[in-house]
Amino acid sequence: MTQLETSQITTVVTEHELHQRWKWYDYFTFNIDHKVIGIQYLVTAFVFYLIGGLMAMAIRIELNTPDADFLDPNLYNAFMTNHGTLMIFMWIVPAAIGGFGNFLVPLMVGARDMAFPKLNAIAFWLNPPAGALLLGSFFFGGSQSGWTAYPPLSLITANTAQTMWILAIVLVGTSSILGALNFVVTILKMKVPSMQWTQMPLFCWAILATSVLALLSTPVLAAGLVLLLFDINFGTSFFKPDAGGNVVLYQHLFWFYSHPAVYLMILPIFGIMSEVIPVHARKPIFGYKAIAYSSLAICVIGLFVWVHHMFTSGTPPWMRMFFTISTLIVAVPTGVKIFGWVATLWGGKIRFTSAMLFAIGLLSMFVVGGLGGVTLGTAPFDLHVHDTYYVVGHFHYVLFGGSVFGIYAGIYHWFPKITGRMMNETWGRVHFALTFVGTHLTFLPMHQLGLQGMPRRVAMYDPQFAGINHICTIGAIVLGISVLPFFFNAIWSWLYGPKAADNPWDALTLEWTTSSPPAIENWEVLPVVTHGPYDYGRTVEVNQTVQTASI
Amino acid sequence: MKQIPLGIVTLIAGILITLISLWVGQNNHLLPEQASAQAPLVDNFFNVMVAIGTALFLVVQGAILFSVIKFRRRRGDNTDGEPIEGSFPLEILWTIIPGIIVIGLGIYSVDVYTEMGGMDAISHHGMTHESMMAQPNSNPIGIGSTPANEGKPPSLVVNVTGMQYAWLFNYPDSNVNTGELHVPVGQDVLLNISANDVIHSFWIPQFRLKQDAIPGQATQLRFTATKTGQYPVVCAELCGGYHGSMRTSVVVHTPEEYDRWLAENRIAQQPEMDRTVAVNP
Ligand code: HEM
Ligand SMILES: [Cu+2]
Ligand SMILES: [Cu+2]
Repeated sequence: MTQLETSQITTVVTEHELHQRWKWYDYFTFNIDHKVIGIQYLVTAFVFYLIGGLMAMAIRIELNTPDADFLDPNLYNAFMTNHGTLMIFMWIVPAAIGGFGNFLVPLMVGARDMAFPKLNAIAFWLNPPAGALLLGSFFFGGSQSGWTAYPPLSLITANTAQTMWILAIVLVGTSSILGALNFVVTILKMKVPSMQWTQMPLFCWAILATSVLALLSTPVLAAGLVLLLFDINFGTSFFKPDAGGNVVLYQHLFWFYSHPAVYLMILPIFGIMSEVIPVHARKPIFGYKAIAYSSLAICVIGLFVWVHHMFTSGTPPWMRMFFTISTLIVAVPTGVKIFGWVATLWGGKIRFTSAMLFAIGLLSMFVVGGLGGVTLGTAPFDLHVHDTYYVVGHFHYVLFGGSVFGIYAGIYHWFPKITGRMMNETWGRVHFALTFVGTHLTFLPMHQLGLQGMPRRVAMYDPQFAGINHICTIGAIVLGISVLPFFFNAIWSWLYGPKAADNPWDALTLEWTTSSPPAIENWEVLPVVTHGPYDYGRTVEVNQTVQTASI
Repeated sequence: MKQIPLGIVTLIAGILITLISLWVGQNNHLLPEQASAQAPLVDNFFNVMVAIGTALFLVVQGAILFSVIKFRRRRGDNTDGEPIEGSFPLEILWTIIPGIIVIGLGIYSVDVYTEMGGMDAISHHGMTHESMMAQPNSNPIGIGSTPANEGKPPSLVVNVTGMQYAWLFNYPDSNVNTGELHVPVGQDVLLNISANDVIHSFWIPQFRLKQDAIPGQATQLRFTATKTGQYPVVCAELCGGYHGSMRTSVVVHTPEEYDRWLAENRIAQQPEMDRTVAVNP
């Protein structure tokens, strides 16, 4: 790292400009700094996570008994719909892509900001109105047709609320397209010249794959939703069967986006895993290229599997068989990543930081979700479990055990960089233990419910399922409580936590070469890359130099 | 670990994992009773997947657990692990093996699906994929006759209509309308499924069969019930506030019982014969 020291001499920016920091109120304005925007995304997303979480609690309390005795059935459906919508579009996507992507990508590739900072801010500011529309829709009954909004149901229930729902999704979709464009250009054009492509952190590869996927698939969803909007409000009949419309067409448009959307929710998380695991296992990532390319493979194959959500719908046999096979194939690149991370742990010197606990927890949970996904991908078996609690179990293993665990891992890992303060590790462990137990308790029994015959999206169910549902509800309450230690830890640490060093985890990617939190333009002088992002076991002395050099 | 014990340990672990997986595959008891000819096909397939899944689960979780214990940082050790960057043979291995497994499962899926009658819906009605955009009267989609019954007409046809929030069953040959499905055991039954308001989904968990009832698109399920008894009929597609209460039963009778039931209901419904439910043929 001698390069850093020498380049220090050529500093042209004055001290004053450099050590300037944003004030708290800057975070509430149209700010174009990628770090501010990243934090705005993360905090906003977390607020919606809490709201969506409260809805989940209400849903699980309702399901504690077989009868609809806690919520009115229509309100139940409104909670169910908006819970899913908020969690996907207002929590996981904005936190993983918007939050971590914006904060980290420029820092990781050695850029001072994103390629189009204004566009970036616009993309973020599309989110709060979208959230407001969703919440506001409750004054009109709330949209009640599920996050999938299949017509004809979505055409005939709570029209105003459904319209607000569509507008909200179109807003976040636009945000996602703008953001994706920005990431692609930033990664392709603004990487410091000294960084080889094979030295780019895997998180950036993941964000690149995610962005390409978002660019290709989101417009199709927008198209489908706009047609739905016209059907509801302007008398068209694209999806009205009695007027020549076709309801199955909507499902194709919807899933052409929404299957890739599940990868939008997991690829950035895979990126986080590839950063967190090597740092805390003190070992290079196992199979850098395999992990980078498998993201791209998932991105390509992931565009051709959408009909696995429609095996019981109006799909002919050849389609059911074709998409069975394509879906099974997606599991292969996914497996490559899993095995790569396990092999990274193997032979390491694992430090059980909170970030690492969540990363290992994710690894373990994702295996369950992935195996469940493979079974669902086969049409003959899916006929039985489609639209049942088995599916609910599957996607919560991948989304809660996967995406949410990954976001937590990322927060514990980068909190020192983002805020300049350390989080409390003991409370981090408590948080992990509660979340881990709660996730299994809530979502494992759901697989059995589905296999035994309980459909999903129901407010009332056959009393024979009461016992297992009761366990799920207890698990959900544990999960609800698990947020508290995190919430208070994060707030307390942000305000009063011990000051963080520039590189508290001895990590090798570029974001750790600047101050914590980073200065407004990230570095006085752009860093020069002299080693790979995961050269652990080789560069112990180099590490030391980085720390002294960047002060 | 020394060289020889490692080999033995791996061997023993391998045998144990195989045995446990096979056992779990056969004895998971996760699925309900089997009451149709299709059910055992699906269940055997599921059990194979459970066995493979258990093996993969044990291998991966075992490796994670082993690493977490064996490769934890010891107090005072601030060094890094060995800088191993990958291993091409290993990476090939864990691409090829899952690759073979999923291709095997893919072929098995097609086979099971064909046995279930899934491929019939298209081949016998000369349907092409354009009929995805079909009108109500187009050839139906769903599960058709099993290869054994190919070409034979079903012994019983029932028209099924889903509506918010009930199932209606119409027996066109005997002019009976009911809210509960009655079928004779061991007979080849064809359900013509339709819906007029919103999408519903006709599911009998004990038959392992499900097919959406779609406004504007005729669908079907063809099956042979193999066990007498009463089983739930469940709506599996969100259809409104009371979707969860859209449940009824299918009663599988012995042939004699079925004839008696049919005779009773035919008489009971004589006066209101013209009150048949609107269904899509
Ligand atoms: C090994 C990889 C995976 C495979 C093979 C797979 C397969 C499937 C299949 C076939 C379904 C449809 C099941 C049905 O409705 O009958 C499904 C549903 C779902 N999956 Fe996965 N999946 C995988 C990974 C993921 C990941 C990584 C995520 C997200 C992080 C995810 C999220 C979902 C969601 C949200 C649904 C439910 C959609 C809905 O109906 O609302 N899956 N998955
Ligand atoms: Cu999918
Ligand atoms: Cu329903």
